[in-house]
Amino acid sequence: MRLALIGQPNCGKSTLFNQVAGYKAETGNFPGTTVSFKETKVRVLGEVVELVDLPGTYSLLGTNPAERVVLDYLIAKKIDAVINVIDATHLVQGLLLTLELMEMGRPIVLAINMMDEASRQGLKIDGEKLSELLGIPVLPMIASRGKGVRETFVQARRIAKEKKVPQPQKYENEIESAVTDLKDKMKQGEFPISRRAIAVKLLEGDPEITKQVEGKNPGMIDIIHGHLDTLCHHSSRQAVWMVATERQKIARALSRKITKQGKSHLSIRDRLDDYLLHPIFGYIFLVVILAGFFALIYGIGNWMEAPLLGFFDNLTDLIVKRLNVEGLLPQLIVGTIQGVSGGLAIVLPYLVPFLLGLGFLEDIGYLTRIAFLADALMHRMGLHGKAIVPFILGYGCSVPAIMSTRIMENKRDRILSAALVTMIPCAARLSVIFGLVSFYLGPWAALGIYFFNILVIAITGRIITHFIPEDSPGLILEMPVYRLPTLRTVTAKVWFRVREFIFEAWPLLILGSITLAGLNYYSITQYLDILFRPFTWMLGLPSRVGTPLIFGIFRKELSLIMLAQALGTTNFGAVLTPEQMISYTIFVVFYIPCIATMVVIKNELGNRSMWLITGLSMLVAIIAALFSRLLFFFFV
Amino acid sequence: MNLLNVKNGKWVRVTNFRGGRGMQRRLAQLGFLPGNKVRVIRAAPFHGPLLLEVEGREIVLGRGVASHIIVEYI
Repeated sequence: MRLALIGQPNCGKSTLFNQVAGYKAETGNFPGTTVSFKETKVRVLGEVVELVDLPGTYSLLGTNPAERVVLDYLIAKKIDAVINVIDATHLVQGLLLTLELMEMGRPIVLAINMMDEASRQGLKIDGEKLSELLGIPVLPMIASRGKGVRETFVQARRIAKEKKVPQPQKYENEIESAVTDLKDKMKQGEFPISRRAIAVKLLEGDPEITKQVEGKNPGMIDIIHGHLDTLCHHSSRQAVWMVATERQKIARALSRKITKQGKSHLSIRDRLDDYLLHPIFGYIFLVVILAGFFALIYGIGNWMEAPLLGFFDNLTDLIVKRLNVEGLLPQLIVGTIQGVSGGLAIVLPYLVPFLLGLGFLEDIGYLTRIAFLADALMHRMGLHGKAIVPFILGYGCSVPAIMSTRIMENKRDRILSAALVTMIPCAARLSVIFGLVSFYLGPWAALGIYFFNILVIAITGRIITHFIPEDSPGLILEMPVYRLPTLRTVTAKVWFRVREFIFEAWPLLILGSITLAGLNYYSITQYLDILFRPFTWMLGLPSRVGTPLIFGIFRKELSLIMLAQALGTTNFGAVLTPEQMISYTIFVVFYIPCIATMVVIKNELGNRSMWLITGLSMLVAIIAALFSRLLFFFFV
Repeated sequence: MNLLNVKNGKWVRVTNFRGGRGMQRRLAQLGFLPGNKVRVIRAAPFHGPLLLEVEGREIVLGRGVASHIIVEYI
């Protein structure tokens, strides 16, 4: 049995999915957090069913790649029941999608989520009455607290077993007769969704479905155009608007019958935007919030790094002295310890506070406010404010950031933002910036690198835009309401990413560190170093750092952890000058995206884009690092 | 008159659209349909986007998009 979660962006589908599936999907108070579908097996009343979390979509019009996924999935896969999640505070808008889904010819359960939010706004919703009116089960739910989740799944299982297909709502005469006629004329071909749904999609002018129907029923296109012409002629409006207006009429009537507006208990939360989006104070708050975020990472990380590093250094000395043997073995042991300490002392102290802070800002709903404030700036780079979504995610990890470019409508914007996003220092590169630069040169130097990075990205975007001018339609984004994050969702989110680091990246770091110890012992590294010598020479770095740079392409953290191996000490301050540390870090921040990022670029945007972006990143890395040397030459 | 000409805090009614099919579909599904009411909540500085209230939701539209929506005062 397969159940699918469908709902509009930011209605809490992924929160619900995580409640039943364990933490497997990214969530956030941010429209468009889920951009592709996730499938998992869950147990409902002792029976294993397959559950799919689909990206949020306002309608089944499929106006961007993420939304298209939903319609394609409905058409391609056999779904036994749809669990339609809607936001109780946006009932009319949510019901529009419900009405559309009811046409698909699949059993459907309606879960009205965020009931707590609605009651705070004084909204009373009569779910039972809605259930009677629509003829489908309707259940109240508070997904973030796990309320109503079990009942929803029990009902979904029941209607899937009974194969209870809902009766779709009727449109006004003109549209209804056009739909009926199209349904009848489509003689040929089996369709996985109901014929009524196909007919409606034809009126809405869905290009894909029109092509498919025409392929199976030649001549159909003339009949469709005939209907579209008649409809437009009668009302001087496009058919897609007429259908949408009709649904809106039905949804409004339903909402009127089932809701009562009581006294609202809204507080300062709703006045918050008067300050946070204020033309002057808004930007001051933005700077203060980001500075606080930075201070949090630096404060916690720096406080933990030094004692942890000291502990592992002592441990290394102790073991090497105790063993008192020459040869490969002590080298490998030192390599192992350095791999372990790299993860524990250098990466985790910065990664955990970073993820906590980002998770908090995201769940509270502040990230979309940043998009609003930064849209004008993004335009100067040739992108619109929506690109801020991948940009911010990029500070966590480039892989989901590049996937999130799917929320953009056109390909040019997707490629340009992917190219710029790979240059944003992700959490892995964050550990290089903090572990090396801020640890030895202080927090201001690290902050300087972040500003320099933004500047270089802006200039690069500007130059690219000069050659490929902007033709994107501009920003279209829903502003979510502020929500108080629950400890549970934030910690779950942090754990989701930390677990990934511990089980996937850390073993690789240790393995890389051991490999390097072996390579060092057999003096193989010098040949690898020669490969990167042109670059290390240009950057004024010792040739021994070539190997860490090569390994850094696998995991960016390796470029710091293996640096200890390559230089023979964890006290980088003793062997590298400040200038070398800066130019090394800047090079690491920009050069070649890691393997995982390259793969995701290839999957999302094609081979050509991947190589273009990789080449570009190398070029930018060299120029940026040389520029930093120039600054040192003149000012230090 | 398009949305860019509307003063902050004022309610207007959508009458028509300019621009391509894809854009119209996108705006339609967010509640920008002929006859629906829209309020300009605020505009971001530096020629930034508009924050709008439509059908009980807050939507951010870039100036390019907003200029495609033709409206009239109520």
